[in-house]
Amino acid sequence: MKYDVIVIGGGPAGLAAAHAAWQDGCKSICIVERDKELGGILNQCIHNGFGLHFFKEELTGPEYAGRFIDMLGETGVSVRTDAMVLEVTPDKQVHVVSTAQGYEILEARSIILAMGCRERTRGAIGIPGSRPAGVFTAGAAQRYLNIEGYMVGKRVVILGSGDIGLIMARRMTLEGAKVLACVEVMPYSGGLTRNIVQCLHDFDIPLYLSHTITDIQGRDRVERVIVAEVGPDRRPITGTEMTFDCDTVLLSVGLIPENELSRAAGLEMDPRTNGPVVYENMETSIPGVFACGNVVHVHDLVDFVTAESQRAGHAAAAYCAGHTPAAAPLLPLKGGNGVGYTVPQHIRMDNAKDGVSLFFRVRAVYRDARIVVRDDSGAQIAAYPREHLAPGEMESIKLPRVLLEKASGALTVQIEEGGDQK
Amino acid sequence: MTQIICITCPKGCHLQVDEENDFRVTGNNCPRGETYGKNELQNPVRTLTSTVRLTGARTPRLPVKSSAPLPKGRIFDAMRLLDEVSVAAPVRCGQILLPDVFGTGVDIVATKSFDAAQS
Repeated sequence: MKYDVIVIGGGPAGLAAAHAAWQDGCKSICIVERDKELGGILNQCIHNGFGLHFFKEELTGPEYAGRFIDMLGETGVSVRTDAMVLEVTPDKQVHVVSTAQGYEILEARSIILAMGCRERTRGAIGIPGSRPAGVFTAGAAQRYLNIEGYMVGKRVVILGSGDIGLIMARRMTLEGAKVLACVEVMPYSGGLTRNIVQCLHDFDIPLYLSHTITDIQGRDRVERVIVAEVGPDRRPITGTEMTFDCDTVLLSVGLIPENELSRAAGLEMDPRTNGPVVYENMETSIPGVFACGNVVHVHDLVDFVTAESQRAGHAAAAYCAGHTPAAAPLLPLKGGNGVGYTVPQHIRMDNAKDGVSLFFRVRAVYRDARIVVRDDSGAQIAAYPREHLAPGEMESIKLPRVLLEKASGALTVQIEEGGDQK
Repeated sequence: MTQIICITCPKGCHLQVDEENDFRVTGNNCPRGETYGKNELQNPVRTLTSTVRLTGARTPRLPVKSSAPLPKGRIFDAMRLLDEVSVAAPVRCGQILLPDVFGTGVDIVATKSFDAAQS
């Protein structure tokens, strides 16, 4: 089978990318999805708060996914669910295995990688203690509860204050569990402030900042955890231990872009994002292979995943129509002081006629600071004042074409504080 | 005077609401903070999302929401109402499952469509 565009992953990123490519006149598109239905993780995110930017109304996860699934249903995009991609080759073959079709090799002119991300597990953070049942990632517990209808526990301690953990604190409480504490190793929360308020404060669930779990105890099932305060070096402080009698530990300790296929295909990767290096139109280091959504960098808001994925879909359609941007001039982008990474990592000037939007995360909490873009000579290209910056919230700035044209050499995006700035 | 954090947007303004002064709001950076602050102390509301029993579909739970925010104090009562709800597939997104909860005019509606499972 041969398609113009094959989209790997049918979550919000893949849905938006496929739809955008179709709208641009690309009529041979296939989405390959490993689950039994489209929608990805939105299907288990039954809470609301999605879509405020894109649909201008507050939707639940299934509603947001449902809108895109309906939109796609009016197109001729073909969909293969229950089908797992095993390999993507640099010459754009996609190896797929499914119960229905067996082993197939699909060919594409363009590929959009939209595999999303997965959760860090207990193994990834190395919590000491025994290995009883009752330790789940927050997202796994969310799937058990919201899709399978299975409560994973009654007395819960949550490690990490990422948004999924906060959402699950509320969800488990509503379903009758007692959430004893949310424990965060950093001095600030990893989740959105609104989630701290409506998921923890609303239910009087204490948030212990600068604390971590130092021991998980129990023989067959979790029986208790030990929580201790940590110092500025994030090491536990002896003598500060607290014991919580609980049967469940939920982990909300970060997400990792799922890039086995990208690495095996030989794409250039960015160690800071754990995702592929991308150009301004979400094209990767292999021409005609695009990537979008959480496989590139982990987002907080699905609306931004949609916007980014539409860019990838439009770009894939343009590629199939024979439009390839000139490789030079090229502006590389770097994260400077306080900026962990930038997406995209490179801007091809030929393809930035209307300027370009940059996305990044800051490394610490800032008040009344400025996002400053400087070029190789140190000259300030642009500055954006911000009242509030936090690692839990992705930042974006728009660089107009006229400013890009002023830059010489690589651009650095950094955070600058204090008064006497030039 | 009560201190609360505004949840209208990610900025998270720290509001002071003065109950003895007609719920005057300070600390807000925009008008939405004032509205939130006044409402939060006089009549706090939250949208409820949960699931109800679903039969005849591929999976056993149907996600639902309240069609508008409910009084915060009635959220756990509403959860108990949902325990009694069972829906048979097919069901459409937006379908009303429980009309006019507690006389508030707010409905409980499905947030996902399910076809009947092929047996």
